[in-house]
Amino acid sequence: MRVLVPVKYVPDIQSDRRFDDDGRIVRTLAEGTLNELDEVAVEVALRLVEADTGVPREEHEVIALTIGPADADLALRKAYQLGVDYAVRVTDDAIIGSDYFATARLLSAATKALVADDRPIDAVVTGMAALDSLGSVVSTLLAAELEWPQLLLARSLQVSDGRARIERELDGVTEELTAPLPAVISVTDHIAAPRYPNFSSIVAARTKPIDVWDMSRLAIDAELVGQSAARTRVISAAPRPEKDPVIVHVDQGEGGKELADFLISRGLV
Amino acid sequence: MTETHSRFAGKIAVLIDHAADGLHSPVRELLTIARDLGQPVAVSFEAPTAQVEADLAALGIAELIVVDIDADWHLTAVAAEGLTAAALECDAKLVLATTTFENREIVALTARRLGAGLVADARPEIGADGQLQAFKRVFAGTWDVVSEFETERAVMTVRANTVQASTVEPTAYPTRTIEVAASAWAKSATLVTRTLHEHTGATRPPLAEAAYVVAGGRGTLGDFSAVEELADALGAAVGATRDAVDEGWVDHDAQIGQTGVTVAPRVYIGAGISGAPHHRGGMQAAQTIIAVNTDPETPLFEICDFAVVGDLGEVLPQAAKHLREYREQS
Ligand SMILES: Cc1cc2nc3c(=O)[nH]c(=O)nc-3n(C[C@H](O)[C@H](O)[C@H](O)COP(=O)(O)OP(=O)(O)OC[C@H]3O[C@@H](n4cnc5c(N)ncnc54)[C@H](O)[C@@H]3O)c2cc1C
Ligand SMILES: Nc1ncnc2c1ncn2[C@@H]1O[C@H](COP(=O)(O)O)[C@@H](O)[C@H]1O
Repeated sequence: MRVLVPVKYVPDIQSDRRFDDDGRIVRTLAEGTLNELDEVAVEVALRLVEADTGVPREEHEVIALTIGPADADLALRKAYQLGVDYAVRVTDDAIIGSDYFATARLLSAATKALVADDRPIDAVVTGMAALDSLGSVVSTLLAAELEWPQLLLARSLQVSDGRARIERELDGVTEELTAPLPAVISVTDHIAAPRYPNFSSIVAARTKPIDVWDMSRLAIDAELVGQSAARTRVISAAPRPEKDPVIVHVDQGEGGKELADFLISRGLV
Repeated sequence: MTETHSRFAGKIAVLIDHAADGLHSPVRELLTIARDLGQPVAVSFEAPTAQVEADLAALGIAELIVVDIDADWHLTAVAAEGLTAAALECDAKLVLATTTFENREIVALTARRLGAGLVADARPEIGADGQLQAFKRVFAGTWDVVSEFETERAVMTVRANTVQASTVEPTAYPTRTIEVAASAWAKSATLVTRTLHEHTGATRPPLAEAAYVVAGGRGTLGDFSAVEELADALGAAVGATRDAVDEGWVDHDAQIGQTGVTVAPRVYIGAGISGAPHHRGGMQAAQTIIAVNTDPETPLFEICDFAVVGDLGEVLPQAAKHLREYREQS
């Protein structure tokens, strides 16, 4: 079984996240990281191949692939620490500024390039969202590009006899879906906790090879990706104005009344 | 009505997820927004009940399109093909839907098929140049981003409590039913079961659309009674952190945050919640934020308007009592 995990390099959620003058999210090496929800996707991919014990682990393959600049190698190194077998970074000046739709096209073209390279893919497992943009849209768009069935927001997943089955929980409803493989599966943070890399895998990850692909590796029209193809344009990005200073009340037996009075005096109830 | 020269004026397709007992408030808000920007065309996968019909008339829609599609429209890929067909049928330049996880999938696929720009979880606005803009709050409430569309058509999801829904003199509107054939791809996954959650606390408003939210975290130590008491005094929905959900103290439906529900109520009260960025991502857009915490250094205090340093077990019931008394007097 071969599982592809598209992973994104994002600013750490705990860092001071910001935009540059072109309205793009600043991703510096000091603050960049592997999207936490993609760690969950890597974990699920690893469990899928580990569960398939009829075949030796070496004959399975988990691939991490990212679209991004050289700094994004950090995300792939982290994926190697977790235990993926192969990593690819797609990068090209022509793809800078790609929007969701172009990102999905690129991921689809890269998936097809892997298949053409004699690496047939059984499943693509993505995170439920990239924690920088919170789009939650690339997975569905990728399924549409590949014309593979989509099984999204899985909080549980079973694979057997060439089919996948998921359970997903939406607001007020739980759904069970099945589809034949290959399929695109996105996973929530409730499905599994990512493993901690051990010391030897951290050391080994430093020197594992990362294949760097440019557009020439992908069967894709350069006109359809990058800034010029972007369907939306950020016209302003600004830190939110300072709020009024917070009113702090230290409870000495009247805290609840103070809270109620605050709501009443502001006309909020 | 907003003066607009936006190229997205005209017909605006609004996906209505409705209930037999009428339109939910986020949908009513969307139709109000659409009425301000152009002519709302409601798009539905079900024939409307009498209550829904009455609501649509009072919200001043120009037309209702009922999509009759030959596959299970609960599959988001199928719904997207229906919504796309409806948008093309009425030549809508703008498509709006509420912010839910399933609508994210539906609108993304719809935008892909329409060649439209997409901004999720934003507020539509008309800029100084008369063009449509999408206003969005990001990075746990620390940045505001405004985008414009480069495309002929635009698609947006809008979160609840963005505007106050308003009605007009009810007007008759035409209803059109369109038949749509879903693609083989859209049907390639099978929906095996679909189970509605039992509505516990049916007296409280749904979290995603509530104007008041009282949320509890680990600091409740599993006892949500104080949170619920204040929620009921305010007519609020109950929310929670992921940790409280993982502990099994509350249902997953109550989880607020980047991997849970996004809320933007008039008032959010967080009790026993530290304010991790993951949680803040889901409530950053609340208009007024109140926090109750024993730790004066807790990060949630950094983004709130009113902070009580204290034990939630004491503070919340006292607040509830005073609010009930205030209600009785006025
Ligand atoms: C990928 C990922 C996604 C996540 N998604 C989400 C999400 O969507 N939503 C979410 O909420 N979290 C999410 N989390 C978890 C998040 O990082 C935090 O761990 C979580 O929000 C903390 O929950 P908490 O505030 O209840 O607990 P804690 O951080 O433990 O805070 C408890 C607070 O209670 C206070 N307290 C204790 N006793 C009392 C008392 N008697 N009275 C008043 N205050 C008291 C303490 O001072 C403390 O501030 C996610 C994490 C990851 C890794
Ligand atoms: N630039 C990227 N490179 C690789 N994978 C990506 C990229 N952007 C998004 N993804 C994948 O798509 C998922 C959803 O992202 P999004 O739709 O942006 O929230 C992520 O969790 C990743 O698995």
